Amino acid sequence: MNLAAKRSNRKPFPVHILVFLAPAVIIYTAFMIYPLIDSLRLSLYAPNENREEVFVGLDNYQRLLTDDLWQPRLEGAIVNNIKFFAIHMLVQNPIGLLLAALLSSQFIRGRSVYRTLIFTPTVLSVVLVGFIWRLILSPLWGISSDVLAVFGLEQYDKPWLGLEETALTTLSLISVWQYVGIPMMLFLAALISIPDELIEAARVDGATAWGVFWRIKFRLILPTVGIVGVLTFVGNFNAFDLIYTIQKATAGPNYSTDILGTFFYRTFFGIQLQPGNPTMGATIAGVMFLIILTGVLLYMFGWQRRMLQIEL
Amino acid sequence: MKRLLALLVVTAMVLALVPASITRAQDGSDIEGSLVIESWRNDDKTIWEDVLIPAFQQHYPNIDVAFSSYLPQDYNAALNAKLEGGTAGDLITCRPFDLSLALFQQGYLASLNDLPGMENFSDVAKSAWVTDDGSDVFCVPMASVIHGFIYNQTAFEELGLEEPVTEEAFLELLQAIRDDGTYEPLAMGTVDQWEAATMGYQNIGPNYWKGEEGRLGLIDGSAKYNEGGFLEAFEALGRWQPFLPNGYQALTYPDSQNLFALGMAAIFPSGSWEISVFSPLVDFEMGAFPPPPPADAETCYISDHTDIAMGINAATENMEAARLFMEWMTTQEFAELYSNALPGFFSLSNHEITLDDPLAQEFLSWRGQCESTIRSSYQILSRGEPNNESQLWEVTARLLNGELSAQEAADIVQEGLENWYEPQQ
Repeated sequence: MNLAAKRSNRKPFPVHILVFLAPAVIIYTAFMIYPLIDSLRLSLYAPNENREEVFVGLDNYQRLLTDDLWQPRLEGAIVNNIKFFAIHMLVQNPIGLLLAALLSSQFIRGRSVYRTLIFTPTVLSVVLVGFIWRLILSPLWGISSDVLAVFGLEQYDKPWLGLEETALTTLSLISVWQYVGIPMMLFLAALISIPDELIEAARVDGATAWGVFWRIKFRLILPTVGIVGVLTFVGNFNAFDLIYTIQKATAGPNYSTDILGTFFYRTFFGIQLQPGNPTMGATIAGVMFLIILTGVLLYMFGWQRRMLQIEL
Repeated sequence: MKRLLALLVVTAMVLALVPASITRAQDGSDIEGSLVIESWRNDDKTIWEDVLIPAFQQHYPNIDVAFSSYLPQDYNAALNAKLEGGTAGDLITCRPFDLSLALFQQGYLASLNDLPGMENFSDVAKSAWVTDDGSDVFCVPMASVIHGFIYNQTAFEELGLEEPVTEEAFLELLQAIRDDGTYEPLAMGTVDQWEAATMGYQNIGPNYWKGEEGRLGLIDGSAKYNEGGFLEAFEALGRWQPFLPNGYQALTYPDSQNLFALGMAAIFPSGSWEISVFSPLVDFEMGAFPPPPPADAETCYISDHTDIAMGINAATENMEAARLFMEWMTTQEFAELYSNALPGFFSLSNHEITLDDPLAQEFLSWRGQCESTIRSSYQILSRGEPNNESQLWEVTARLLNGELSAQEAADIVQEGLENWYEPQQ
């Protein structure tokens, strides 16, 4: 009796929890948390005259934010990144929602065919997508002038990727073309989980199709809208590959397509005769981390917490 | 039993994670009188093994030579790791300028000041592999590439055109091709930026800044990018704008190569390294002319850019054999064999050599008519921030895109240089 009481008082430590957590914790620490912290550590160092890395505190950040050489590049990269993000938010996500709404409708035939076709570019390699679009838009071999000629607009054809005013928008739209399948799929999954009874009830009460969509469906998928938004944000501020593939690390013309990812790459690894500067590169990575962290925190505290969970 | 099995599986997994480099054997099996060449010229392996090394062994049959190569992008890192670990080969292929200079300063490359045969190389040829004050030379120059204009001879005959000898004639020629309309005058785009800087500015520039005089002037502070010859070169480059193909702002370097190789453009501003690229591709006759100088010029200048050299690993155990090999590399025999094996890459020695490839021979003949120099931004000037070479890329592309005037472009580069380079301040 005594013995039994003692046993129940001393609960054994739940070792199995550690075992279950271990793989994720170990892998995540080794490949995500440790490199992140080490990169932040590196950003506090700078090479001295003998090319040894010495601790300099926040000097690198100060240089990046105030120096005449670094500040305009950082500002340019952030502004371009915001434009890149804005185009995704204004074009990719509304189109994704529209496509999802169409595909969730009962009256369209061949929905799974469209769904597959629209999702396909997402799984293509970025290098391939970049190469294809480069060819399509090439003034020499491309078809952009032929396509415009169909509408009698050939005089408006431009070297889209070569002009400062059009290059970034063109690249953003290529990225939208490739990734529009992802918000579409997320919205679609949310839309088809809405029970038909709700919609039928609304119809009986006299709601129009638009009213059903806006007042019922859209409200019910708001959590997904938030998730899509934050995924777009994180993806865009980490973006690098498409711009590197199409415009190389120079992010031309005249840095008009330079975003934080390409700015980081050029600084960290160097370009042509310019040697890499790992500590300054780590500083840029630190700034990227801060921007993304701020965005994600805003989402978590400003949006996700206010979301009502509606039991359906 | 189960535990034992689990333990075995875990051990196997841990072992699998041990870096492969530990198990990879290093070739420490050098026997006396044997040399290993480290190189990034993967493509040249057969040339070394079938032509160059056998020729050397005719003189020194007891010295074995092996050629070990890496991919160009891996070479610097692999070489550094091997030098640090003491396992690098005896002969080291040298990149130009700061990369090799750093190796010499760290004591990995031996000084070659007293190597017999070094007198066969001019100061320009050695400039990429000497210390800043010129007191030590540490690599034997092997080859350079020469800038110039390659043209479609068939198109020239068809339109009744001739090679231009002055800048004015060159511009008239471009206008004539433009007026005719069959061909694009110049195959060139600006989106990659380096075409504008390297094949444009550095190609024609030496005629305006008087070659070495101007280049060394930049280094000692007596010349500036925004005045005199360097500014004139920007202006001359700006005059190309009407002759670039439609949509040139978005054309890449491979686009330009294709434009020329497919016979759609008449002239390709480029350099001798294209010879081996184009020769198997094109079905028309190709010719070449040097950058045409302004009418009042007394002499012409060409960019004869130093690209590749060979040095001795200071830690080699076969110093004597290595020096014999290097000595052989300064001879006429090596110069002729090497330049013929790789048309477009020219030996840097002062020997008179003849080449079998007529186009390569044409490029090489300019050395006799014009003064040689190298690209202005490569020695010393690209060490600081902003990087001189990167800035030239930016501004020349913007100049050709019509976003900057020549003066504005020159001012930006000069300001960038003054920002960190003391002799210019």
